[in-house]
Amino acid sequence: MHGMIHPDFLPSFLERPMLKRLFLLPLLATPALADTPVLTVYASTSFASEWGPGPAIETAFEKVCGCDLQYRTTDLIPSLMLEGKNTDADVVIGISTDETLRARETGLFGPHNQDLASLSLPVEWTDTVFLPFNYGDTAFIYDNTKLTNPPRNFEELASLPEDVKIVIQDPRSSGAGLALVLWVKSVYGDKAEEYWRRLAPHILTVTKGWSEAYGLFTAGEADLVMSYITSPAYHMIVENDYTKVAAVFDEGHYFTAEVVGQIAGTDQPELAQSFMNFVLSETFQEMIPRVNFGFPVKLDSSLMPPEFAKLNLPPKSLFYSEAEGAALRDAAVAEWQRGLSQ
Amino acid sequence: MADRAVTLAAAGLAAAVFLLLLAPLGALGLTFQGFAFSAPELAALRFTLLQATLSAALSVALAVPVARALARRRFMGRSALISILGAPFILPVIVAVLGLLAVFGRAGWFNDALGLLGLPSFSVYGLQGVVLAHVFFNMPLAVRMILHGWQAIPAERFRLAASLGFTPRASLRHIEAPMLREVLPGAGLVILVICLTSFAVALTLGGGPKATTIELAIYQALRFDFDLPTAARLALLQFALCAAAFVVASRVSLPSGFGAGQGRDGGPPSPNGWRKVVDTFAIVLAALFLALPLLAVVLNGLPGLVDLPETVWAAAGRSLAIALASTAISLAAATVLALAAAQGRGWVALAATLPLAASSLVLGTGLFLILQPYFKPASLALPVTMTINAALSLPFAFRILAPEARTLYADYQRLGASLGMGGWAWLRWVVLPRLARVLGFSAGLVAALSMGDLGVIALFAGEGEATLPLLVQRLMGAYRMETAASAALLLVLLSFALFWVFDYGGRRYAGT
Repeated sequence: MHGMIHPDFLPSFLERPMLKRLFLLPLLATPALADTPVLTVYASTSFASEWGPGPAIETAFEKVCGCDLQYRTTDLIPSLMLEGKNTDADVVIGISTDETLRARETGLFGPHNQDLASLSLPVEWTDTVFLPFNYGDTAFIYDNTKLTNPPRNFEELASLPEDVKIVIQDPRSSGAGLALVLWVKSVYGDKAEEYWRRLAPHILTVTKGWSEAYGLFTAGEADLVMSYITSPAYHMIVENDYTKVAAVFDEGHYFTAEVVGQIAGTDQPELAQSFMNFVLSETFQEMIPRVNFGFPVKLDSSLMPPEFAKLNLPPKSLFYSEAEGAALRDAAVAEWQRGLSQ
Repeated sequence: MADRAVTLAAAGLAAAVFLLLLAPLGALGLTFQGFAFSAPELAALRFTLLQATLSAALSVALAVPVARALARRRFMGRSALISILGAPFILPVIVAVLGLLAVFGRAGWFNDALGLLGLPSFSVYGLQGVVLAHVFFNMPLAVRMILHGWQAIPAERFRLAASLGFTPRASLRHIEAPMLREVLPGAGLVILVICLTSFAVALTLGGGPKATTIELAIYQALRFDFDLPTAARLALLQFALCAAAFVVASRVSLPSGFGAGQGRDGGPPSPNGWRKVVDTFAIVLAALFLALPLLAVVLNGLPGLVDLPETVWAAAGRSLAIALASTAISLAAATVLALAAAQGRGWVALAATLPLAASSLVLGTGLFLILQPYFKPASLALPVTMTINAALSLPFAFRILAPEARTLYADYQRLGASLGMGGWAWLRWVVLPRLARVLGFSAGLVAALSMGDLGVIALFAGEGEATLPLLVQRLMGAYRMETAASAALLLVLLSFALFWVFDYGGRRYAGT
């Protein structure tokens, strides 16, 4: 899965071990391999999966680093919190913007040492610890052959005909769901609960994670699904399908990104730093739109896949800093819950 | 006989199960101070109890006529239908939900049919959807458990009843009702506890945050608030609910004690007339209810099945290996526990039921905290997965084995003692042949369950080589809904093949 598209945590809970590693273990311990330094990268399942950018990035980085990059796909934040200073990680990649505060509070991360002025992001980014590598705003996706009058703002969304249904994710179990709650909060402020109450009749159901919701949408159960503005890129690039479109809201869309950080106490400081440098390289950034279907943070537009030019873009991006987001979160989720439980 | 050895082994196993389930709560820092629940937690508790009770009651109530019809009718495809009954239970949740929605969803066949008849459409989202999905998953399990009950009634009893001129009503009262009293509470208990810990089903079909279960609150405590003691407290609440349900079920349940027959299953007589119509109706409806969503799963997955990426097959191999290992552990443990329970040790049954209420998230996090100081977590991934899979599927194997083990003891203990049979001879000549049918069924169920997903141990995970259920999730997360549907179909086919091999093997061995 694609982190941008899917910063939910759930699939990583399903991570299982493999027999193969058990059999390979004795082979890996041979002296020839023991000389190659190992860079351990904790990665979100979305990043390291075969369908994410992880494998290609591993190959590309190993060509230049003279090292062995090993991913550990795990539930990032809980792993770091439980392991603390004993963590094996040298670098952690795939943390979503709603998790950076808790990642920071582990005290494990050191500075990324990158020039942030070179990044092109729709919001101001001054964080010296977490480096974004992939971004995209939240958006409702619809099928333009079925919904001919797409909503142009939240008000139109709530006043769609009764039988037009939306599927969203639970903010208590999904990053996408939480981003939606903060999006509504940033638009409606004190009126957020009242808005949820008005939207409630349109909400078909609430799912645990992004993939369940998107599955309901592609199965034709829902007319709109809460996802990301870049989601149509997947359908265009991989499926040659131009019917999945993002509804553009004039209030603006909520910014989300995935970040990478290096562990301060790593036993491979040079390798970790060279990986951090590699993140902003053209090789790395070129893979983001093509494999992760998100916006790269630093890439010349001539290197973008042509399909990205066809994406609907938000008029502006809304974003709460991690501190603001954390301060609002509990109350905003409670409003969501009350608004939809009436 | 080896009664004492069995009891000792069972005591050891039960202690290990309690330790495995409760030690993680301690590791998370469970405290009993300020043991109060917040308003949202109480709402979650209410919804959890409501949906679980309804789901269990409905599953069992609907299963009785179906099981009885299957017990007393012989028709073409009966054996296949009994096998298929194992299928819903082993479907990955999201796949099953999409299958159900293809039938009962807004754009589903059922609503299409209603539309053609000019009837108003039916919305599956809400409490009705949660219960519908739980009945789909669990009713077939209940049918199988109750069917075993019917088949365990010695054929001589029915023949005796017939020679005494029993009417079907009298036969129901004196022969079948006592069996139901023995079997139904256990079946209902298992289903109730399964539904207590439901999370993804309840959310996806529940229609909104009103459908919040305790399991979601646990997830939230662990993932959002990183509040380990709260997660431990809620996990303890799930255990308490399970234990309470267990006590109620054991009060209600009565041993039937039919005595030994010749060990052949003739099954109950098959009356004609309106009863035949009712039986046919029950079988056809149940078959449709189960088969249509399964058909949707097959139709969704079939087109992409040949183009599956190679990694899917590798993942399938890993899943198979894990499933077989878990099955061996789980079955060995369940057999010992069932034999001990047959000797009247009540605590055994509790130990073998409690894993149903375990929150795998809490289990995983707690085990991680316990083991992390001593071992590299990644090196434990394999043994921990197998142990957790085996422990979490233990209740199913136990519940299936226990009633027959009890009958076995009641009927053959004196015989064994009079022949002075030793432990192995007793096992070889008495236990295995008599339990073969249920051993096969439970091995099939456990293997299929371990193929699917039980051990959610994210924190131990290693370098990303996935098992099949994880791959399905990854594909869905990467927009590949169609490939995911095909990989899910492969998962279902493999799980079902495993299930069928064990189940058929057991029935065959029992039949010879």
